[in-house]
Amino acid sequence: MSGRRLVHTENAEVLPVGDVPVVPVVTFRETVIDSVRDGARLVAFFGRPQEDRRLLVFAVLAMPDAGPLGVLAMAVDGRYPALTGACPQAHLFERELAEQWGVVPEGHPWLKPMRFHRSWQPGRDAWGRDPEQDPRPGVTDFYSVEGEEIHEVAVGPVHAGVIEPGHFRFQCHGEVVLHLEIALGYQHRGIERALVGGPDKRTMPFMETAAGDTSIGHATAYCQAREALAHSTVPPRAMALRGVALELERIANHVGDLGALAGDVGFLPTASYCGRIRGDVLNLSALLCGSRFGRGFIRPGGVGYDVTAGMIAELQDRLAEAARDAAEAIGLMWDTPSVTERFEDTGTVSRETCMEIGLVGPAARACGVDRDVRQDAPFGIYRFTHIPTVTWDTGDVFGRAHVREIEILRSVAFIQEQLTNLPRGGTLAAVAPPAPESLVVSLVEGWRGEICHAVLTDGAGRFARYKIVDPSFHNWFGLALAMRGEPISDFPLCNKSFNLSYCGHDL
Amino acid sequence: MDGCRACAEVCPADAIRIVGGAESKESTRGNEGGRPKKSRMQIDLGRCLFCDECRAACPADALACGGDYRLATRTREDLLLGAEGPRLAVALEDKTRRLFGRSLKLRVVSAGGCNACEADTNVLTTIGWDIGRFGIQYVAAPRHADGLLITGPVTTNMRLALRKTYDAVPSPKLVIAVGACAISGGLYREQPEQMGGAGAEVPVDLYIPGCPPHPLTILDGFLRLLGRIGGVRETAGSGSCEP
Repeated sequence: MSGRRLVHTENAEVLPVGDVPVVPVVTFRETVIDSVRDGARLVAFFGRPQEDRRLLVFAVLAMPDAGPLGVLAMAVDGRYPALTGACPQAHLFERELAEQWGVVPEGHPWLKPMRFHRSWQPGRDAWGRDPEQDPRPGVTDFYSVEGEEIHEVAVGPVHAGVIEPGHFRFQCHGEVVLHLEIALGYQHRGIERALVGGPDKRTMPFMETAAGDTSIGHATAYCQAREALAHSTVPPRAMALRGVALELERIANHVGDLGALAGDVGFLPTASYCGRIRGDVLNLSALLCGSRFGRGFIRPGGVGYDVTAGMIAELQDRLAEAARDAAEAIGLMWDTPSVTERFEDTGTVSRETCMEIGLVGPAARACGVDRDVRQDAPFGIYRFTHIPTVTWDTGDVFGRAHVREIEILRSVAFIQEQLTNLPRGGTLAAVAPPAPESLVVSLVEGWRGEICHAVLTDGAGRFARYKIVDPSFHNWFGLALAMRGEPISDFPLCNKSFNLSYCGHDL
Repeated sequence: MDGCRACAEVCPADAIRIVGGAESKESTRGNEGGRPKKSRMQIDLGRCLFCDECRAACPADALACGGDYRLATRTREDLLLGAEGPRLAVALEDKTRRLFGRSLKLRVVSAGGCNACEADTNVLTTIGWDIGRFGIQYVAAPRHADGLLITGPVTTNMRLALRKTYDAVPSPKLVIAVGACAISGGLYREQPEQMGGAGAEVPVDLYIPGCPPHPLTILDGFLRLLGRIGGVRETAGSGSCEP
C-alpha cells in the first residue's frame, strides 16, 4: 500500500517540514503513480533547492473520496526518470520543474518550456540554453500533423478581443481540429520568485493580482496559509464575510461567463443583460471594500473592513435583485433552441479524460466528477455551512454553462444565509510571525476551481518557496482536448466555456 | 509629525515620497525665515494601487481616500500629487482631435495585465456604459485601429508582440496606458521580468491610473482626450472625501 510512504495533512494545517518523508526517486515515482492510478489527484508538484545543489521535489496528492492530503518528497540530482508517461497529471508540473530549476525529467514525452524564462538555478538549464539570453516566448517545437490536406492555424499572442495574450496552434483537416497546442508564458511576471523571503508589504497585493479576476480566491488561499503558519485563528464574523466575498466573486464571474457564452453564439439578449448584471455583482464587492475586485478585503487575520447593519440590508436587497435578473437573463438563452443546439455536444470532455488529466472546478463538475474543495477539504466558513456541489454529466459547453448557472443559485442562497446570521464580534485578529521550517498546503475553491498555495518556510520563518497552482494550470490541457474533432469555428465558444486565466498560469 | 514616514514605508508600490523636512538640504532652500521648511509628501498616482494601506498607517489621520473618479492625465509628471489633485488630461491638439474626435478605434493589448484592467476596460462595451455612443470602439486588428490601449507592466515576453502591434497601427496613432502596471510597472516595477510600463516601449498620450481604474475613470480619460468633456486645465478635487 503506497499510502504509508506519504505523510497526511489537511487543508491549511501546518506540518514541520522535517515530517515530510524524503524517499528514494524510485519510491517517489511508484507512490505518486500508484496513488493517482488508485484515484488520487496531483494537487501540487514543486522543487526547492538544497545547499548541496540537489533539488528537493515535493508532491502533494489529494487522496480519493475527499480523503486527506498526502505529501512526500525526493532529492533529485540533475536528472530523474519522468513521471508523466505513467501519470499525465504530472505533464505540466514536470515541464515547470525543468524550466525553473534546470533538472531533466528523463523520458518526458513533451519536455519544452512553458513560461519562457531563464533558469532560476544559475549554471543549470534543462535545455542547455545560453544563460545570458532571454528565451523567446513561443519559439519552440509544436506538435504537427502531416499530410497534403492538413493545414495549420496560428493565433496570438495578441488576440482580437479584450483578452490576455497566449498562442494557440491548431492542426486542422478542413474545418476540423485534429489537435490544438497552447503555448503560454507571455504574462510571466515572476511572482513566485518575488514571494521568496516574504511575507512583506508586497505579498498581499501580489496575491490579489496573481490572477486579478480571482483576487478574493488567491488572497484567501494566502491568508489561510499565513494564519496556519502563525497558529492564528480568524474571528467568526470575518470567516463568514470571507465566504460572502468568495461567493460574490464566483457569481460575478459565472454571470459574466454565461453572458459571454451567449455572445459567442450571437444571442445578444442574454449577453447584454449578463454584461450589466455582472457589473451589479462586482459593485457589491465594492460595497464591501471599495474595490469591484475585492482588493483590500481579505487580510491576514480576517477581513480589512466590517459591514454595518445598513450595508447588510443593502447587500441582501441588491443581491436578490441581481439574482432575479440573472435567472431571467439566463432563462432567455435556454428557451432558444438555436442557443442550446450550439452548446450541446460541443467541446465534450469525457469523465475518464477528466479523471486522467485532473481537471478542477466547474470544468470537472460538468464531466460528472463531484470535486469541490468546499466539500472535499472544507476551509473557513465551509467547515460550518455546507454548500451543495453541482454536477452535470455531459462534459460539453452546455454542461459547463449549466453548472455555472446552478452554482450562481447556490452561492446566492449561501450569501443570504450568511448575511442573515452574521456572527457578532471582531473582524481582524492579530497574526504572529510564521513558524520556521514548516510546510502548509492551503486550498480554496475559487470560481475556476481549486486554488493551491503550498508554502515552505526557512529557519527564520521567511518564505523559502511559495508555490501557487491556479486552477487554470490544471485545466488548459482540458481545453486543448475539448477541441479535438471540433470545427475550428467553435474555438471561441469552447474557450469561453473554460474561461481560463493566462496570468494565473504564467504567474 | 515632521519626519514621520509611516505612509511611505507601508506603501507596496513605493508610491509615496517625503520631500524635504528638517534634516534635508532641500528644506533650507529659499527659506528666508531660517526656520526649517516642513516636509512635504508626494504621491505618485502612476504607481498607486489605491490599497488604503497609507491611510490606515497614518498616526495623524492626515490621509483620506477621495471619491473623485477623474484621474487621467496627459503626462507622467501630472500624476505626481502634492497638495493638489492630478492635472487632468486636456484634449488632443486640434488637428489630431479632428481626426479622432468622433471616431476612435482602439486595439487593446494586455502585456502582463492581471485581467482586472482588462475586465474594467472591456466592461465599457456593455450596455451599461456603451462607449460606442461616443464613437469609441475596440477593434480586432491593429490595422483597423487609431491607437493602442495597453494594460500590464509590459512583460519581457510581450515586448516584441507589443512592438509589432504598435508598428502595425497606421500613423498618426495614440497610446493609452491603463492601470498602475502600464503606467509605471506598478507593483511589478522591480521585477526583471517586465519593462516598467508601456512608456518604456512606446510613446504614451494618456495615462489612466488605478489598480484597476474604475470604468468611469477610463471613460472620463477617453472623453477628455477627445475633448468631449473638460476644456481648460482642470485639477481633480483633492479635498473630496468619501468613506
